[in-house]
Amino acid sequence: MSSAIKLLGHIGAVTRLSGRTFKIVFSRRFVDRSLLSAQMDQAGIGSWSIAVLTALFTGAVMAIQFADGLEPYGASLYTGKMVSLGIVRELGPTLTAVLVGGRVGAGFTAEIGSMNVTEQVDAISALGADPIEKLVAPRVVACIIMLPLLTLLADFVGCFGAMLVVMTDVGVTATFFIEQVLDTLVVADLIHGLAKATFFGYFIAIVGCYVGLNTRGGTEGVGRSTTDTVVAISITVLVSNFLLTKLFLSF
Amino acid sequence: MPDETTQPAPPTPPEVVIEFKDVRKAFGPNVIYDPLNLSVYRGETLTVIGGSGKGKSVLLKMLIRLLQVDSGSIQCFGEEVTTMPEGKLLGLRRRIAMLFQGAALFDSLTVAQNIKYPLVEHKWGNREQMDHRVEEVLEMVGMPGIQHLKPSELSGGMKKRVGLARAIAIQPDVILYDEPTTGLDPLNVRRINGLILRLQRRLNVTSVVVTHDMDSCFTITDRIAFLYERRMDWTGTKEAALATDFPPLREFVQGGRGTLEAEGTED
Repeated sequence: MSSAIKLLGHIGAVTRLSGRTFKIVFSRRFVDRSLLSAQMDQAGIGSWSIAVLTALFTGAVMAIQFADGLEPYGASLYTGKMVSLGIVRELGPTLTAVLVGGRVGAGFTAEIGSMNVTEQVDAISALGADPIEKLVAPRVVACIIMLPLLTLLADFVGCFGAMLVVMTDVGVTATFFIEQVLDTLVVADLIHGLAKATFFGYFIAIVGCYVGLNTRGGTEGVGRSTTDTVVAISITVLVSNFLLTKLFLSF
Repeated sequence: MPDETTQPAPPTPPEVVIEFKDVRKAFGPNVIYDPLNLSVYRGETLTVIGGSGKGKSVLLKMLIRLLQVDSGSIQCFGEEVTTMPEGKLLGLRRRIAMLFQGAALFDSLTVAQNIKYPLVEHKWGNREQMDHRVEEVLEMVGMPGIQHLKPSELSGGMKKRVGLARAIAIQPDVILYDEPTTGLDPLNVRRINGLILRLQRRLNVTSVVVTHDMDSCFTITDRIAFLYERRMDWTGTKEAALATDFPPLREFVQGGRGTLEAEGTED
């Protein structure tokens, strides 16, 4: 019971933090482009290799499994259709969010948490600035921009990985595979996945920053918070993926 | 010739710049102030002493509303801090600077960027003026030419001095010092104490110092407030503190020597 109350308390606090963040983002106060570009670099550019590696091998493994499963029905030629739909709609955004979220969200928590326990967050306020404007808003905006871009990259690389396997194992040509993919996917599928990635970007940043801002207990507390963030982001992404999929498919 | 019937003007009472009235503060079951009443006068250095973990730093943080009070009133320059709107709070923080216990320099910024931080936030002059101000305050704290260094390249004492330079950069009316000499070697303690005294004389600021370092306290202070049993139970001059017959303060000032003697543990 007390855990449920605690969870509700956290959800309420994250909602308030989100409200204050978006108020700043949509006001004229949020103009610090150097902070934003630094965060975009850290969250996006710094994470591309994880996104690419994950997508490449996930696409390849999916292709192996589907080709094998479809072979008894003589349908392994159409592996590209199945794999591309799975990657673009689900695996691209979700896997990218879980892996990049773990890295980026934990980084946000560690950085802001360390600043918190060394009174640097208090110092920002004491010097006349707003910690949410300086620390939270740039990270939230950076993740909202970068997650869809990373997802787009992951979609492309995932399909590429699948194509390599299908070409090798099934023996289709690249042109045939690409035709299959283009024939299957519609713009709505892509938008569906990218819209989810936008939400995931927001969740990753806000959870990472919230846990960081509430870190107590010195370096030990920072370590604990960082672990909490990875768990919280993974659960948030997976649960929200279910809810967002239901929501998007209802339109 | 002076008019012999003219009465001498009564002495002007010192102007109160900060006043805590019936302030109560608790963290869950841990009651910190019940209640806190304290006045700080313009131009003085008031030192708040008391045991560790008793809420001395909380007092400073409540004053600039880094922490909210549970009840009561805090007046600063005649304005209520506890209900002050965010916009006005920025103006208040422009007038009150704080030196944090660990200096709280921003790790990702250089010394110059750290010192410029409040100047930029409060739109203090143009770039050249800011650069000049950085040089000026670094000279004031005796650390010229270190603008390009990162906080990780500084020792504890140097960090405190840069923190102090950052605090005075914006020319505040009040400086809050949170344990300014804690964790420093005797040489750096003397340097920091000297700086506090020099800044006091040169800038004529009002200072509130929180410490449990009694040597520092008696070096820099005009008045002492003793935090005991969740209240400011005693305030007075340092001479009065030395001559006090209030047992908890006497023990604190003498570093607990009285207690050890009473228990017969002294050689």
